[in-house]
Amino acid sequence: MFSRDRWSEIIEALTSNWFRTVLTAFGVMWGIFILVILLAAGKGLENGVKQGFGGMATNSMFMWTQTVSKPYKGMPKGRRYSFEIEDVDAIKRQVPELMIVSPRNQLGGFRGTNNVVRGLNTGAYNVYGDYPEIIQQEPMDITSGRFINYSDIEQKRKVAIIGDGVRSELYDKGEEVLGTYIKINGVNFMVIGTYKKKGNNGDAEEMQKQIFVPFTSFSQAFNRGNKVGWMALTARDGSSITNVKNDIMDVVKSRHSIHPDDDRAVGHFDLFKEYSKVNGLFIALKAVAYFVGVLVLLSGIIGISNIMLIVVKERTNEIGVRRALGATPWSIRGQILMESVFLTIISGMAGIILATGVIWLVNFQLSQMDTSEMMFLNPSVNLGVVLIALSILIISGILAGLIPAQQAIKIKPVDALRTE
Amino acid sequence: MIEISNLHKSYRMGANSLHVLKGINFNVEEGELVSIMGSSGSGKSTLLNILGMLDEADEGSYHLDGVPIKNLSEKQAAKYRNKFLGFIFQSFNLIGYKSALDNVALPLYYQGMARSERIDRAMSYLEKVGLAQWASHLPNELSGGQKQRVAIARALASDPKVLLADEPTGALDTKTSYEVMDLIQEINDEGRTILVVTHEHDIAQMTKRIVNLKDGLIIEDTLVSQVRALSHV
Repeated sequence: MFSRDRWSEIIEALTSNWFRTVLTAFGVMWGIFILVILLAAGKGLENGVKQGFGGMATNSMFMWTQTVSKPYKGMPKGRRYSFEIEDVDAIKRQVPELMIVSPRNQLGGFRGTNNVVRGLNTGAYNVYGDYPEIIQQEPMDITSGRFINYSDIEQKRKVAIIGDGVRSELYDKGEEVLGTYIKINGVNFMVIGTYKKKGNNGDAEEMQKQIFVPFTSFSQAFNRGNKVGWMALTARDGSSITNVKNDIMDVVKSRHSIHPDDDRAVGHFDLFKEYSKVNGLFIALKAVAYFVGVLVLLSGIIGISNIMLIVVKERTNEIGVRRALGATPWSIRGQILMESVFLTIISGMAGIILATGVIWLVNFQLSQMDTSEMMFLNPSVNLGVVLIALSILIISGILAGLIPAQQAIKIKPVDALRTE
Repeated sequence: MIEISNLHKSYRMGANSLHVLKGINFNVEEGELVSIMGSSGSGKSTLLNILGMLDEADEGSYHLDGVPIKNLSEKQAAKYRNKFLGFIFQSFNLIGYKSALDNVALPLYYQGMARSERIDRAMSYLEKVGLAQWASHLPNELSGGQKQRVAIARALASDPKVLLADEPTGALDTKTSYEVMDLIQEINDEGRTILVVTHEHDIAQMTKRIVNLKDGLIIEDTLVSQVRALSHV
């Protein structure tokens, strides 16, 4: 069926009227062009909005302690408790779906008082005691020096990584930062790195004004003992944090003698759930793109069907001759179908290529601008979309050819031959 | 080769039907060159179409080379047409966007023959009709006589048992007509059975037998002494 002869027949038939073939192809090309552009634009918007998550590991939740709201095992309600460093290992052990469990301690906070001093400059910053893994959950670009590593943790080194915002407030422009000391709540820390965070949320500026120090040094320097302020937990790919949330809570509750039904004792923020809402929006957007794109494509398909009908009409005599020479109805049908599918695919490919070109241009333009504040980033379509578009094309090509193919063999050979 | 008995065919035209063939009995032996004559409306084209399996009779039997031609599916009919019959038309019916060579090769394509073999065979038939050097030309670059010779080569290509020619010289001037008839006679001399529908007496005289149709019946069936077309050229 896919022999060389069949192909040359198709090419011959389609090239015998160039202008008409091109015009017909344009309909389908336009349809697939719109489809791909819409999908790419949707993707661009999605990328832009998701950039707002700052590249944060979205399959994550944050967990902190609150007061116990139910009496349990002889203890009253209203009791306060703290996470302990041992909880981290217990959670990791008992909830294998988790990829990262980061205990965190924090100094400062919203409208905190000045807590960091360098020479004559002072500032109020959030200071975090962290493990090295936090950079996977809360990505940041290390612009100079390095981030915390495990040697820092083990040796309780008093080192700090400061944000761009901190540097601009505490240091003069162009001043060397690495190796200098800052005083956090009266304790000296050596600056070993600077970072810049991604994200375009309202607190973008705030996010550049943070200081990270090793968790162990933090605990020792600021008398936290084995207490843990809060945790950032990230589940492995393939399992969602929302599903393992309850397991984590149960571990915490049993370790701190909290009533199993006490929902208020452990505070949490499920990033994945929020993310899913945004995701839902984009799925809807994608559906709209497909809907509109396919409808536009449909008009192109009808155009092809229409032209194929005319072609069949025009070639009635030729079809009669072919049948007189021994063409079976199926070979005629196949010929018309293949022509229609071929034309559809070629024009669809042209549409895809054109759309890709436009997307490339847009991307090129975007790359010239600072996109961090934009809600639009890197519009693109992946191979899957292209494959879906192609299969839509093949199916629609067959559909477009079906009626004309039937038309071609409906007329009897003897009548077909008589047609001029 | 061809055995026909009591063949009837009528066409329905709205309310009334038109009885075109009213019981034709007709045999053709192998190697004959028969012309079918008659005024228009006499049913000669209908008869040829039925012989060519392009149309089916209402009644009567038709055997081609001993094979009964009756109630064929379209696919069967296509296969038989390809294997048993070669068509030559008044208006040549070459495919306009194919070269002469590809036109001749077309029946072989439908036989499923490999391309190289097909091209070789087609070329040898083009040589036979004297158009080898025109092989790559499109039909509209050929004269009427050349077109008809390509059509004859195409009809011969599948090595059919019977050639059916429907007014093969109808669109040609006298000189070219005779050249085409000369070719047809030559092919007949090689032993191939040929039926020619015509309404020109001089063309009919160049066959070996004239069957005269009138109002759907054979009124005359005579053997004639063949006039060689070559003597006129």
